[in-house]
Amino acid sequence: MNIHSTPKLTAAETALIDAFGERLSDLPGDAAVAVKRDDAIEALKAGLPTRRIEAWHYTDLRRLLTAVPGHDSTLAARAKPALLAGSTVLPVLNGVSGAGAKIDGISVTRLVDKLVDGSFAPALGAQEPADTVGVLNTAFVADGYFIDIPAGAEIAAPIEIQNVQAGGQTHGRFPVRVGQGAKATIVERQTGEGDALTSSVSHLTLAEGAELLWIIVQDQPDGATHFGQFNAELAKGSKLTLFFMNAGAKLVRQEIRVRMPGEGADFTLRGINLLSGDTHCDVTMMLDHLAENTTSTEIVRNVANGTAKGVFQGQIKVAKEAQKTDAKMACNTLLLSDEAEFSTKPELEIFADDVACGHGATVTEIDRNHLFYLMARGIDEKTARGLLVKAFVAEIIEELEDEATVEVLEAMLDQWFAEHV
Amino acid sequence: MLEIRNLHARIAESGVEIIRGLNLTVKAGEVAAIMGPNGSGKSTLSYVIAGRDDYEVTEGDILYNGESILEMDPAERAAKGVFLAFQYPMEIPGVATMEFLKVAMNSQRKARGEAEFKVPEFIRRVKEESAGLGIDFAMLKRPLNVGFSGGEKKRAEILQMKLLEPKLCVLDETDSGLDIDALKVVADGVNALRSPDRAMVVITHYQRLLDLIVPDSVHVLYKGQVIKSGDKDLALELEKEGYAGLIGEAA
Repeated sequence: MNIHSTPKLTAAETALIDAFGERLSDLPGDAAVAVKRDDAIEALKAGLPTRRIEAWHYTDLRRLLTAVPGHDSTLAARAKPALLAGSTVLPVLNGVSGAGAKIDGISVTRLVDKLVDGSFAPALGAQEPADTVGVLNTAFVADGYFIDIPAGAEIAAPIEIQNVQAGGQTHGRFPVRVGQGAKATIVERQTGEGDALTSSVSHLTLAEGAELLWIIVQDQPDGATHFGQFNAELAKGSKLTLFFMNAGAKLVRQEIRVRMPGEGADFTLRGINLLSGDTHCDVTMMLDHLAENTTSTEIVRNVANGTAKGVFQGQIKVAKEAQKTDAKMACNTLLLSDEAEFSTKPELEIFADDVACGHGATVTEIDRNHLFYLMARGIDEKTARGLLVKAFVAEIIEELEDEATVEVLEAMLDQWFAEHV
Repeated sequence: MLEIRNLHARIAESGVEIIRGLNLTVKAGEVAAIMGPNGSGKSTLSYVIAGRDDYEVTEGDILYNGESILEMDPAERAAKGVFLAFQYPMEIPGVATMEFLKVAMNSQRKARGEAEFKVPEFIRRVKEESAGLGIDFAMLKRPLNVGFSGGEKKRAEILQMKLLEPKLCVLDETDSGLDIDALKVVADGVNALRSPDRAMVVITHYQRLLDLIVPDSVHVLYKGQVIKSGDKDLALELEKEGYAGLIGEAA
């Protein structure tokens, strides 16, 4: 964003700017929202980030973003059955939220209303100059949901935000507030039927003692481009578990930005990237330990086949006040082909002096000894490889404990392996 | 049942020859003990029989029921009834032991054109056999061999052998790392599998295993060859006098 001497816009950059011009009159929002949108499109005119921008070093967006389809409001996306049985589904079909969506005991508001009345304007815009996902989304965001879970509520049924694209462009926002001591599970589905360009930004705030499990499942079609940004802020004693699985799209940037200003807050990140074909998938985490006794563990497992490229940037900052922080990060990759690539960049910035922080990264192939052992028991090579690859990532899923959830996610794994390995 | 003719095998990566003209015949119903000093090629022999591709056979043949198995991969050999009980069973995180047993049993049955086991029948069989080996059923819900003690790993190997019902069992130092009680349980398991249509090759350093699994024949391996064969008394003789005399003779 801060390249001042961009000589010439790329076709994709021009297409984005043109798309904004065309959609401007249809995009919802009051004057405050319009100002944010204008700022955003000005930022886009300076060009998409290249590898010279540190946050985008492994994902040269200017070079990688080549397809920018236009928004087409006539396209129809069909809702899918819920991922987890018994969930309440909040659909966003081709970028439009459901008018009748509601959940007992929870306040659900269509985001379009909050854009129209301007109350959501302050949350829009870039968090820093390199926040291209925030910028892109601010320029085009048209809908989404605001979900407000009151204090003390224990919501047993998972809430599924089902974002289904039908091709074209869709841009959504999902602010979620979880009140003091409340408990809930949220599933974020990013899926669809076309070679769309989607951006989806969520903002989660956990009040004191709240507990939340958030599951992101992205299985966009092979030609799609997906920009995701998950923001969370954790108050005292709150507990967030974020699980993600990337199993689709051609170009993915999934950002995870978590701030822990509350003492004793706990964050668990477990993620799986299943990469095949010529996918480029970048998961970038920015985690701030800002108070005493905050804890976090992050484990990301990647399987890469074909000529796929994967990226994990894991930044953990520990503020001076955040004594007794305990943070552990691991990124493990299994490469199934000679041409597949994975880049891992751990980044620890520690200003407190009494902390336990660690990180580790591994890149391996299938263990020949393990393969021999399984085959020596009569398991054919393809099946044996499948078992070993699945074992590598299934461990992460099994940590979720809820049997029905584990079963559904493992079935997705099996399907991915059957189609891509 | 097993006939090894003038076998030469080397480590594929380094080209170092380990098996150098080995001959061995084991008949159906026979339990053959293979003894020999460290580095004589005992474990390599077990891997070559099982089909590990870290080793290359450069000469000779391995016939199993009259058919050469050299061109078969490990899974094909296993489906035909060849079983290797590993000296160091592999720990495989993420693969649940029960899932592994089910896939292994059904893969072999499928390869032989037999009907696959249904889940209740499979579980019943595993429960029966594991109880006989003193294996806690809860252990089988854990990932394969992960966190198992040395004794538990060996019991798990024998459990697999009992469930898969192979025709040729190769046991590579099954006694290593076992205390005397565990050794007895394992030996009982092996003895229960002795049958007129099954052959066993028992690789060991120690007489104590052969006191419990009494062999029909004993073969001494040195520098990749069988330098002496005899009956069970040969093992007793070695226990008393060591390998030095034999090696001197062979040289």
